[in-house]
Amino acid sequence: MDITEIEQRIKKIVAEQLGVNESEVKNESSFVNDLGADSLDTVELVMALEEEFECEIPDEQAEKINTVQEAIDFVAANSTQ
Amino acid sequence: MGFLADRQILITGLLSNRSIAYGIARAMHREGAKLAFTYQSEDLRERVSKLAAEFNSDLLFRCDVSQDEEINRCFSELASHWDGLDGIVHSIAFAPRTALTGDYLESVDRQSFQIAHDVSSYSFAALAKAALPLMQGRSAALLTLSYLGAVRVMPNYNVMGLAKASLEANVRFMASSLGKQGIRVNAISAGPIKTLAAAGIGNFGKLLGYAEKVAPLKRNVTTEEVGNVAAFLCSNLASGITGEITYVDAGFNTVAFNLDTDEQ
Repeated sequence: MDITEIEQRIKKIVAEQLGVNESEVKNESSFVNDLGADSLDTVELVMALEEEFECEIPDEQAEKINTVQEAIDFVAANSTQ
Repeated sequence: MGFLADRQILITGLLSNRSIAYGIARAMHREGAKLAFTYQSEDLRERVSKLAAEFNSDLLFRCDVSQDEEINRCFSELASHWDGLDGIVHSIAFAPRTALTGDYLESVDRQSFQIAHDVSSYSFAALAKAALPLMQGRSAALLTLSYLGAVRVMPNYNVMGLAKASLEANVRFMASSLGKQGIRVNAISAGPIKTLAAAGIGNFGKLLGYAEKVAPLKRNVTTEEVGNVAAFLCSNLASGITGEITYVDAGFNTVAFNLDTDEQ
């Protein structure tokens, strides 16, 4: 899976989960500060990413995923697909 | 018409479309029930309101179950919309996160014990007490959600296991207390489901994987499956069942040992 595909799939999930337009979701967007996520939204987002990429994101890792780019980096490094 | 046609049921603990309460609401709505929902605090109102709309409901009441005045206000507000109440779904539990990880004795303390038992067990009795006037003469049914940790040890569940044991005892005592009035009280002990609340339990992913290998059905259960049983237990189809803990766990609780966990 190349990085562009990961990026597209993540942006789609982020847009769906947070109820924003996909065009608003930039690599540098912070879920909380830019896209209006609350703490429950971020937990749900991590769960959605785990399902989409069939990986497990431990709590201590999840806490470090605050932006779209950080999610892309995590999936690129950990996805088994 | 569904088997819950026109039954008026209050559902607590709806927080996302992954909530067990969501699966229950869906099944009850499908079977014709009229639904109302509670939310814990104002910042959650909008979230719950969007979900409630999926079930054609705009009856939302704030109810932090750790506060008696909020519980009382919830039912007095409900009484201005409904002439009575046919069921309550209690899908609420809480313990401080630090108590839900690591060694049991190291993680437990007096405060987390009190909070876990207050929010996860007493609140069920508190809701029943406050709702009693609305349930008179209606063959109402109360339902709560438990977990195998009430009767078996498992990693990280810790003080929540004690609170669920208390909750299951609560089911039996409440069933006895309310039986004379024709009100039934039951619990579903659901297999592990990845909800927002479960995200607070350490190593939950491992628990899901283990349950999948050990359970006779070789899979985990869905909120839809729990919802179907919940709808049944709150309907007159279950008129002979009270004080019961019903397992909806793909059979996991029945297995003591299984060689399938050795497979890679």
